Amino acid sequence: MAENNRAVLKLKEKFAASIIDVVEFRGEVTVTVAKDSIIDILSFLKLSLQYNLLTDLTAIDYLGKKEDRFMMVYLLCSIPNKDRLRIKTPVSEADCRIPSATQVWGTANWLEREVFDLFGVTFDEHPDLRRILMTDDWVGHPLRKDYPLQGPDREPYKGRLS
Amino acid sequence: MGVENPLGENIITTSLDKLVNWSRKSSIWPMTFGLACCAIEMMATGASHNDLDRFGIIFRASPRQSDCIIIAGTVTKKMLPVIKTVYEQMPEPKWVIAMGACACSGGIFDTYSVVQGIDEALPVDVYIPGCPPRPEALLFGLIKLQDKIWNDKNSFGSSIGLGDRIESVVS
Repeated sequence: MAENNRAVLKLKEKFAASIIDVVEFRGEVTVTVAKDSIIDILSFLKLSLQYNLLTDLTAIDYLGKKEDRFMMVYLLCSIPNKDRLRIKTPVSEADCRIPSATQVWGTANWLEREVFDLFGVTFDEHPDLRRILMTDDWVGHPLRKDYPLQGPDREPYKGRLS
Repeated sequence: MGVENPLGENIITTSLDKLVNWSRKSSIWPMTFGLACCAIEMMATGASHNDLDRFGIIFRASPRQSDCIIIAGTVTKKMLPVIKTVYEQMPEPKWVIAMGACACSGGIFDTYSVVQGIDEALPVDVYIPGCPPRPEALLFGLIKLQDKIWNDKNSFGSSIGLGDRIESVVS
């Protein structure tokens, strides 16, 4: 159960005020935390609980479905302990920025550039925050739900005309 | 019977245009340039089983030595300037083959990041449908390109500065 997960126990002990939600689904534990203490929590997980691998870092756009539009997702893996943990934190559209995780895991560098490129979330203290997939002169962030699929300069697809 | 052969058995007479067209169509050197899964099929076409070499089609590693570019795969908007540069580096005369659904029309990728057909940027001579086209389809397309080159008019004159080469339409 999620309550007995070693990381959840330690996090509840140390960051009780920052934890918003703990969910376990099919053996996968997800902890939702507040944005303000995200770097403290990630550092603690890496240095004290041996989550030494950041498998992936991405974002979700909950446009019109949640109060805070974006949700950052950190997928952690502990190689010595052979277990995984998912950390989520909400990011509002009005304050669309979050501290960079590059200070914890170097691999966050390009992953955060991808989130910046496609979702438009700004990462404070990122060493090299440039677009990584789209061209440098691209306007907009294509994975946002309000970005037109065929691009802003084309008529949207209206189904087969038959 | 009836055909005089006054120059002997080793000499044929032809027009200079046909001579130039024959040499061009018999040595189409495509640019080695692949973009996606169609490039795998293009490599299969060039390999021993289908053997493009028997048509004089030899892939070149430099656009300076190429006179044909096979757009084999999905063209993204980020890749388009690179393709344009490669095309502009090729010496005249040069031909473009759009291989596969993506190069012809964008294919299934009707999205913000994909060019909806390479003909938005380059003058395409042969379109080959398929996803990806089989090697036989690419061979057929290349033979169509040979037909087109063979029927060019004033190809000799244009190469010595007299007028323009008049391209034929082959259906």
